[in-house]
Order: sequence, then C-alpha cells, then structure tokens
Amino acid sequence: MGKRVGMEVAIAAAEAVALCNIDVAAVYPITPQSHIAEHMADIIHDGRIDAEFITVESEHSAISACAGASAAGARAYTATSSQGLMLMHEILPIVSAMRLPICMANANRAVSGPLNIWNDHTDIMPQRDSGWISLFVENGQEAIDLSIMSFKIAEDPEVMLPCVVNIDGFQLTHMIEPLELPSQAEVAKFLPPRKAFAQLHPDNPISMGCFAMPDTYTETVKAKEVALRAAKKVVTKVFGEWAKRFGRKYSVVETYRAKDADTLMLTMGSMGETAATAVDELRKAGRKVGLVKLRLWRPFPVEEFKAAVQGCKTLIVMDRAISTGGAGGPVATDVKSLLYGDKKKPRVLNVIAGLGGRDLTVGDFVAMFDLAKKKKDETFELYGVRE
Amino acid sequence: MNQVQNFEIFAPKLVDRKEYFSAGHRACQGCGEVLALRHILKALGDDVVVANATGCMEIISSGYPQSAWEVPYVHVAFENAAAVGSGVEAALKALRRKGRIADRNVKTIAVAGDGGTCDIGLQALSGAMERGHDMIFFCLDNEAYMNTGIQRSSATPFMAATTTSPAGHAIPGQRTQKKNVPEIMVAHKVPYVATACPSYPLDLINKVKKAAAVKGPAYVHVFSMCPTGWRCASEITIKMGRLVVETGVFPLYEVENGKYRLTMEVPEKLRPVGDYLKPQGRFRHLTPSDVEKIQEYVNREWEILLNKVECMQPW
Repeated sequence: MGKRVGMEVAIAAAEAVALCNIDVAAVYPITPQSHIAEHMADIIHDGRIDAEFITVESEHSAISACAGASAAGARAYTATSSQGLMLMHEILPIVSAMRLPICMANANRAVSGPLNIWNDHTDIMPQRDSGWISLFVENGQEAIDLSIMSFKIAEDPEVMLPCVVNIDGFQLTHMIEPLELPSQAEVAKFLPPRKAFAQLHPDNPISMGCFAMPDTYTETVKAKEVALRAAKKVVTKVFGEWAKRFGRKYSVVETYRAKDADTLMLTMGSMGETAATAVDELRKAGRKVGLVKLRLWRPFPVEEFKAAVQGCKTLIVMDRAISTGGAGGPVATDVKSLLYGDKKKPRVLNVIAGLGGRDLTVGDFVAMFDLAKKKKDETFELYGVRE
Repeated sequence: MNQVQNFEIFAPKLVDRKEYFSAGHRACQGCGEVLALRHILKALGDDVVVANATGCMEIISSGYPQSAWEVPYVHVAFENAAAVGSGVEAALKALRRKGRIADRNVKTIAVAGDGGTCDIGLQALSGAMERGHDMIFFCLDNEAYMNTGIQRSSATPFMAATTTSPAGHAIPGQRTQKKNVPEIMVAHKVPYVATACPSYPLDLINKVKKAAAVKGPAYVHVFSMCPTGWRCASEITIKMGRLVVETGVFPLYEVENGKYRLTMEVPEKLRPVGDYLKPQGRFRHLTPSDVEKIQEYVNREWEILLNKVECMQPW
C-alpha cells in the first residue's frame, strides 16, 4: 500500500495513469484539464515512463491519434473537458464501434455559450449515446482508483470499449486532498500490458474501420449495445478485484442511509459528499431521507439502481445538466423512463442545479429537498435562478 | 534545357510485380486516383500501415465484409487521416521500443483526397507535419469532392464547373485559383515534398521511395485524373495526366530540404493550356478570353517555379 500524500487531484490522476504502462498519450490542453496534460508531459519528458507523448493541435486530433495508436495495439490515453469533448464528439462513436479501448479523463465543465470554464455535466451528456463506458468519481481517491481500473475494464476481452472517467472540473481537479497512490509493482500485477485482439501490423495485415451497408450496420449497432451492457458485469468484477488488492470497495450504484428512507436524493460526481452531509442534517431534523449515488452512468446499472430505490416513496434526481426544451435533466429523464413500466415506483422529482460552476452547499441540498417536496406536479425545477 | 537527372526513372523492370491493392474494387473506369494508389503501394512494399481518410479510395476499397487492402489499413473519419497516422506512428515506435512488436521499420502513411487534405483535413495535416512524425502524407488530388458528387474544394482549379461551383450565367464556375498545398508543406519545412502524377508512374514510384527513405515527415501531392468528375472520356485518363504536366498546369517537381528540382523535361515553350482544358466538360463553358486568362496565370506560376528551382538553396 502506498503512503498518503497531499496532492492536487488532476496531478494525482496523471500519476495514476503513469502507473498503467500506457504506450501513447495524445493530449490537447483545456481548462480545467490542463494540469493533467502538463503533469503527463512532465512524467514523459522526465523519462519516468516509456511512452510517446503526442502534443496534438486539437482535441479532434487527440482522440483521432488515440484511435490510430489503439488500432496499432497501444494502450492509449487522453484527457479533455467541455469544448474539447464537444470537438471530439464526431470520433467518439467511431472509436467505440471499432472497439478500441481508449481511456480518457474528462474534467467536467460547462459547455459554451456563454463561455464558462466552471463545473457542470453539460459536456458529457451530449456524449451519452456514443457507446463509451462512462464513470463518475466523487473525490480524488476515486479519480486515482477509477483511472487505473478504467484500462482493465476497457481492455477486457468481453468489453473492448473506450472508457471515460468524469472528474468534476475545479471542484475535484484543482482540490488538494490526502491521497494514496498504489505502487508501480502493485499496479503492474493488477494491470499487465495491453494484449490487443487485433492490431495494425504487416505481420498480420487487416483492415479496420470498414464502412457498413444497410444490411450490416444494424448488426454493428447491436454488437456495440451487447458489449456495452455486458461491460457492467466486468466493471463489478474489476471493482471486486480492486477491493481485494487495494482494500477500497466500489460499486456501480452506492447508497447512504437509504435503507429506511422514504425519500432518496440521486446524485452523480462530486455532489455526492455534500448531499450526504445534507442527508445527515435532514435526518437530525427527523426527515427519513437517504442518498443514491450513480458511479456508473453508461451502461446504466438498471438492476442495481432499481434495487437501491426500491421501497422509497419519492426520488429527487439532482441533475447538473439540462436537456434544453426537453423533459428535464438527462439523469432524471433516464430514470423516469426506466421506472415507467414498474408497478411499484417512487414519485420522481427533478432539480437541475449547479450549472456553470454555481456552488452547491449543504444548505442548497436541504433547500432543494424542501423545494422538491413542495412540488405539486412532476415538472423539473431549475434551482437557484436569480430572477 | 534541363535534363531529367534521375536515371532510375528508366527502369520499369524494377517495379514490384506484387499487388498490394486487389483488383475487384469499386473505382470508376479510368480512375487516376486508384492507379496512383496502386503505384504508391508497390513503391512501399509490405512494411507499411495505411491510415485513410473518408473519400473515394475508402469507399471503393473497404465495404464490409470485403477489403481491397493487402496491407494493414485503418479508416476512422474524413478530416483526421494525418492525426490517425500520427497515432499509428507513435504506437509502432513505442511498441517496437518495448519489444511488443517485431524489431523492424514499418512506415506509416496517411492517404486523403483533396478535400481531406486541402480543406477539412488541413489542420490535422499541418499538426502532424509540424510534429515531425515519421510518416508520408499522400494527397490524391482529383480537384473536387468526387465521392459526394463533384462539389468544389479549395483544390478545384479556376473556372472549373462543379456541382457547387456551376457554370452559371452570373458566376461561371470556380471563383478562386487552386490552393497550393505543396507550398504550404514546404513552409512547414517538411524535408521532402513532391508533386507527382500516375501518368508518370516511374517518377511517382521514385518519389514515393524517396519520401519513404526520409526519417520524418514527407508529403506527396499526386494529381489524380477523374474522368467522372471532369466530364471526359475514361480512356483518355493517362493522356489527361500527360497534358496537365506538359501544359505546365501541374508541374512535376520535388523539394528536398528546401531545394527545388523539376523532375519533368523542361520544354522551350509550354503546350497551350487549351490542349488540356478542351477535352474536359468541366471547362466547356470557357470563352477564348477565359482560356487566355488561365494561360496567363499558368505562365506566371511556371515562371515563379522556375525561379525557385534556380534560386532556392537547401536549408
């Protein structure tokens, strides 16, 4: 077990990836991801790891270079945020269709316009359907652990899909936390070098990225869908192996004081810890409230989620993004459609908050709880608007 | 008169008999682009990985479950062949160093059309060349977006009619001159930049071999005749490639570390551009004065090139 040190989360995320025997990193700087990019450059330029560092001219080329590298058999890594992720958008579903297990850190940040460099989840939501495994972390330690685990999950022969680890921008990336980095030897045992299913090399010339006519396209979509759903099992398996080796337990859906709760709040990412404190306060005031945290966003852990909310009367979904002109926040929309066919289901309320870096304090969670409870209908609330 | 200096050009028997791009692909009759590709692959041999942009060559060669490629091949999207190639090159380097693939040199090449090079792919190309990857970028230039139905690109020549630069009454075809991407590559200080044409196959093969010998980036701009898009007979493809060179519209030259050299015989006087323009439907609307305007432009560009050949010193 490594020793606990005070470290900025972005730097720790880069250090974690450096333990993973990556072969190629292609990174373009963007706030608030830039400390990951800079620290990755430091590590490679100092010769601490044997990898190629491609200082691409855009995020589009970052993900494209990773695609080329991964297709050639390399363990490839990139990191981005907001507009950078939006620029990658075109390539994301191609990468998953090609079954290239690229891993990426996304320092979640609001999407322009207006330009805003602060945290919310509006950048990852448009990428929801791109066929990537999408994980959310709640704190710095999770950023380290899930960054390392993401390679093992992505490269599993049953999965072979790209994976994005969402680390809330500034709220997490720029925090200095007491963190524990595992040793190189421990990670090497957990994560051996990548063995590619197929790779570009003249010793076995193959064609990758061929186009599909209408008679085969649907089958490729199905193959991706089956693989992504199957990835949940692998995520759970890798979490289990991690717990055995490193002692920290993870699950795809986590709960806090949920057992006897009649009302549950649902969060993703860094909101979780603040919401948990709010739960404690509300409990003190006699409210039977608990918390559900989604760690795995895609594939959506349907069974685990349903088990977590079973028996509760009201579910308040806290979204950090909005589907403009749509039914509400993307998490709430998903949750509602998943519960629609169930006979016994909670009333689902949706509060959208914390956009563009608007702080969410413990008091805000209590206020959002009260606001939701007062709702007569089930339309969403955009919390904290100054009118 | 300058003489052709490279005697290898006269050794057709040395051309590889092996085919690296299978017959049975879906290219149009008389396609100059696929002919160029065939020669390029012959010049490179087995130890190569190809990153291809979306476009004619991708569509005609790689419809699942078939592939015309006998060498390792990857296609990702339209504008990113140079970036994908960057990743392949970096991966091959890292994996070879780490002993995870065979310890021998494998060349990465990126192939795109004029749209994938001069327009939508220009940023990725500039980035890849600036970073100095050990990679050859081939632009197979047929002077418009042929795959999507003959729309103009920045490589479409002045006044040519395309479906988005039609020969209208108010605006008679393409309004701008062809973008000179080889010059942009020279400005990047790419160690080897060349223009080529499959109507001169041995010259093309020689240039590809030279480009492959460079440890670093190289750029070859291949004029690729397109009877379908140019509205001309498919059996005159090779002749069109000859005419574009003989008229000086697309001169054959190479730039080695900044030193320009013509690789074509330099005539006392260029053939008139009308000889090249006339067989093509895309120039059918040109008046004699339009042809004269094009002639003046070609003459001026030719003079500029001859000056560079004479004056430019290697870096």
